[in-house]
Amino acid sequence: MDRMLYPVLFGILFGVISRVYMMRTDYRQYPSYLHGKTIHIALGFIASCLGSVIAPAIIDQDYTAVTFFTLAASQFRDVRNMERNTLSELDSFEIVPRGKTYIEGIALVFEGRNYLVIVTSFLTTLAYLKFNVWVALAAGIACIVLSSFLMSGRKIRDIADIRPIDLRFDDAGLYVGNVYMMNVGVNARQEDIERWGKGFILKPKNLNASVCLTNLGQRQAILHDCSSALGIYKDSGNPALTPLAKRDLETGEIAIFILPREQDTERALQVIGNVPTLESAYRDSKKRLQILRWKKGN
Amino acid sequence: MDINKFIIAIVTTKKEKVSGGASVFHCNDDNEVQQVAGLLEAILDGVAHKLYEGMYIIVKH
Repeated sequence: MDRMLYPVLFGILFGVISRVYMMRTDYRQYPSYLHGKTIHIALGFIASCLGSVIAPAIIDQDYTAVTFFTLAASQFRDVRNMERNTLSELDSFEIVPRGKTYIEGIALVFEGRNYLVIVTSFLTTLAYLKFNVWVALAAGIACIVLSSFLMSGRKIRDIADIRPIDLRFDDAGLYVGNVYMMNVGVNARQEDIERWGKGFILKPKNLNASVCLTNLGQRQAILHDCSSALGIYKDSGNPALTPLAKRDLETGEIAIFILPREQDTERALQVIGNVPTLESAYRDSKKRLQILRWKKGN
Repeated sequence: MDINKFIIAIVTTKKEKVSGGASVFHCNDDNEVQQVAGLLEAILDGVAHKLYEGMYIIVKH
């Protein structure tokens, strides 16, 4: 047993370190509360315990233990449900909601991170048992680097060119560039929008990007991130001051209209560029077309 | 089918152009229309949309 103790503890340590490393709270403000963090670190600890004990079980050819492990790992599917439920409940109280697609994306990430923790702990313990502590250390660090690489998806700035553009009113119609956004009847609201509003145009770089930005959930995610990072000039009783994202049907560009409290255009560009592309919104349409062409060719 | 947008009030200076359906507020001039539409927007949590001069609808989105 002693022979196994240090490798297992080492694996657990690296699993927890990798979970903590992956839990960086940024302007998206989640999980920002101490209890939310505690829950995720505790789950990460359980995941790393599971991961670390697989290696000794396999080495001792205890396959029953490995079977039980798969049973235990299935519990982590509930993490996604937990996140989805919590965020959906909270979403109704957001001035600019995250939207279901964004919530699903976040829930997916939380589930995925636990599996990465399991892999990190497993490989670290295995390296310790098969080689020595130094190889285990290298394996652990490599796993953490790999995890952070796996967890960093595409950003909006990778798929679209973002540029600021002026807002204008044509009678009661609000336009961002040439894109019609909404009809604002009351002059006082028009003045608010002229004072606080900012417009941006996202030009998709290719077909995949265009399909991704067409997704309403992806657009809602951009609006939510902008309002949570830059603040918003709106209260619950002002539906006329709602940030919007509309598509230019001619060019496929997306026009974004926001009302940030922080009137720094450079920062707004950064924030929009940093919004993650959501897995459920991103589609590889180019590949699909290639397959169709290939089938036609044959 | 869910109807999630509806006209809750009409504010107008053109009496002859509207009837029934939603509450209609008759006003004497554009200033009054702006004032009433602004108040209704705030009270009803709707958005005042301008159809044309002197004809505003308050829509719940």
